[in-house]
Amino acid sequence: MSIRLFVPRDSAALALGADDTAVALAAEAARRGVDIELVRNGSRGLFWLEPLVEVETAQGRVAYGPVEADDVAALFDALIHGAEHPLGHGLTEDIPYLKNQERLTFARVGITDPLSLADYQAHEGFAGLKRALSMDGAAIVQEVLDSGLRGRGGAAFPTGIKWRTVALAEAAQKYVVCNADEGDSGTYSDRMVMEDDPFMLIEGMTIAGLAVGATQGYIYVRSEYPHSFDVLNQAIRLAEDAGFLGENILASGKCFKLDVRKAAGAYVCGEETAMLESLEGKRGVVRAKPPLPALSGLFGQPTVINNVISLASVPVILARGAAFYADYGMGRSKGTLPFQLAGNLKYGGLVEKAFGLTLRELLHDFGGGSASGRPIRAVQVGGPLGAYLPESQFDTPLDYEAFAALGAVVGHGGIVAFDDTVDMVEQARYAMEFCAIESCGKCTPCRIGSTRGVEVIQRIQKDEKRPQQIALLRDLCDTMLHGSLCAMGGMTPYPVLSALNHFPEDFGANDAAE
Amino acid sequence: MTTEQDLAHASLQAILQTHQNQPGALLPILHDVQDTLGFIPDWAVADIAKALSQSRAEVHGVITFYHHFRTTPPAQHTLQICQAEACQARGSRELTAHAEQVLGCSLHGRSADQSIGLEPVYCLGLCSSGPNIQLNDKMVSRVDAAKLDRLLANVKEAQ
Repeated sequence: MSIRLFVPRDSAALALGADDTAVALAAEAARRGVDIELVRNGSRGLFWLEPLVEVETAQGRVAYGPVEADDVAALFDALIHGAEHPLGHGLTEDIPYLKNQERLTFARVGITDPLSLADYQAHEGFAGLKRALSMDGAAIVQEVLDSGLRGRGGAAFPTGIKWRTVALAEAAQKYVVCNADEGDSGTYSDRMVMEDDPFMLIEGMTIAGLAVGATQGYIYVRSEYPHSFDVLNQAIRLAEDAGFLGENILASGKCFKLDVRKAAGAYVCGEETAMLESLEGKRGVVRAKPPLPALSGLFGQPTVINNVISLASVPVILARGAAFYADYGMGRSKGTLPFQLAGNLKYGGLVEKAFGLTLRELLHDFGGGSASGRPIRAVQVGGPLGAYLPESQFDTPLDYEAFAALGAVVGHGGIVAFDDTVDMVEQARYAMEFCAIESCGKCTPCRIGSTRGVEVIQRIQKDEKRPQQIALLRDLCDTMLHGSLCAMGGMTPYPVLSALNHFPEDFGANDAAE
Repeated sequence: MTTEQDLAHASLQAILQTHQNQPGALLPILHDVQDTLGFIPDWAVADIAKALSQSRAEVHGVITFYHHFRTTPPAQHTLQICQAEACQARGSRELTAHAEQVLGCSLHGRSADQSIGLEPVYCLGLCSSGPNIQLNDKMVSRVDAAKLDRLLANVKEAQ
C-alpha cells in the first residue's frame, strides 16, 4: 500500500520552498523504492512550520516542519513511519495552535486537496448548496440574516440586509461580485480560501446567486495573487463539468455562471464602487453613493458585493443552520473571524476564532510574542487604514464595537505586530505616503491631503516648527476624516492619529526644546 | 517576410477577437497584451480603442491608472520587494536599502548593467513570513541580504 504524504501548494508554502521539498520527497522515495502518493494540499496556516509535510497514519496525520529539500534524506525514514524526529510535531490535529482554534470557514483548509471535488464533498462540501436549492430565495436570505454574518472585508455591514436589498430589486439581470482585492498588508485569508478551498467560495457565491436571483458572478482577484487566479479558474471548470455551476445546477433548473477577473495593482479597487468601475473596464475611480450598488451596481444592475470570507462563510451557515453560526462570537459580532497574525511575531499564521478573544491572547498565546525577541510596541489591526494599538490596549476584545469605541477597526482581521525598534512617526509618514500613491484622485481631501500629510510629517521629522506642524497634521486629518468620499482618504488618519496619540514621544513630545 | 512587428500586430488582433463580446473587456485585453508583449506599446492603444469604440484618451487613462500596466519594455529581470507594513515589521526597509546598494539604483530604477529592474510591491499576501520578494514569476519569503544576493546570483548565472 502506498504511503500518503501531504505537501502544501499554498503560495506561502511555495515561497518557502514547498515545490523543492515535494520534488526531493518524490526522488527520495523513488531511490528507495518506496511507494508514495503525494497530495498537494492547502496550508494549515502555521507558517513558521512551512513547508509542513504530513504523513497519513492509522492515528491521523503526523506533521513535520519546516522541511526543506535538504532535510528530506535524513527525515525520510521517520517520516514514512510517522515516527519521532527533531522536525516532528506529532499529530497535526493536536498541535495546540490548531487545536485551540474554532475553524468553521477554514474547516477544510490544509486538510483537502483544493482541486479535488471528491475531497470537498467528503468534508461537507456542497451540503449548503444542496439545502439552498430546496429553499426559496427569501428563506436563504433569512438564514443569512439570522446568522448575524457581517461583511468580513472590513466594513462589517450585515450581509443578509445587503442580500435582501438586491433580492427585492426588480431587474432582468443581477450580479454577485466577490471582492478578492485583498490589498491590506497583514492579510491573506482571502488568498488562502481561493488557493486552498476554492469550491467553498464557488459554493457561497452560487448560494448568493440563488438567494437574490442573480445568474452571473464575478470574482475580482488582485494581480499580485497569480496562484489564486489559476486555482479559481481550474476549480470553476471542474465545478461546471460536475454540474455544480452553470445553466442547470444539480438538475434544479437554476442557473449561475462565474468568471474570474484580474485586477491590476490598484489598492483603491478594494473599495466596492472603484472595483465595479474596474470590472466595467474603467479607471478604478470611486463612485459617489447613493445609488447603492445593491440597487445600481455592476453595469447599473442590482449587485451583491461581498468579500471572499463573507461568501465563504455562507456554505457552513446553510449546511448547519443560522443558529449554529450565531452561537459563536459576542454582542453584535457573531460567528468567527479568521485572524491573520503577521509582521514581527514568532508564530505567524491563520487563527480562526470566535469574536471576543483579546488582542493579547492572539499576540502571545498564539503568536508567541515577537519574532525578534524584543517587546511588542505597536500593533496595527485592520490593514493600512487601521489604527496602531499600544500595549495598554492589548486587552481589548476583538469585537467590531469594542474596536470602534477605541477609534480602531477590526477590518479584515489582519494583525501586524512591530517590536520596540519601530519608529512611529515614520509609520505615520508611510500611511500618508501609501494614500498618496493609491488615491484614486477623485476627492480633494484624499488626493491633496495625503501629499500635504507626507510633507507635514517630514517637517516633524526634521523638527521644523514641530508644535505648529502637529496642529496642522491634526487639522489635516480632521479634513480627510470628514471630507473624503471613501475609506481610502477617510481612514488614512486612523494610523496617523493613533501613532500621534499613543506614541507622542516619537513625534518629539518629550524634547526639552518644547 | 514576417517581421516581429507583424507578429505583435497579429497577436493583438487575436486578443481583441477573443474578448470582443466580453462585458468590461478592457482590463482583460490589457492583461493579455502585457502578458504577450511584455508591455503595452503605444501603437496598440489605437487598435484597442477602436475595437472597444472608445477614445484613445480613455484607454490611455486606464493604462496609466493601474500600477500593474507598463508602457515600456521591462528589464530582463524584475525584482519586486514588498514595502508594506507586515514586511516593514520584519526588515523590508533594510532589505530594500541593501538591494538598492548592490544593484546601484533606487526603487523604480534599473541595475547598473540594466538587467534587473527594481520595483516596489505592496503586499504579496505572505505576511507572516516576510520580508517577501518576487523575482520574475517566483515569490520568495524570509529574504535577508544574503538570501537576496544568492537569488540575484542565480538569475545572472542562468542568463
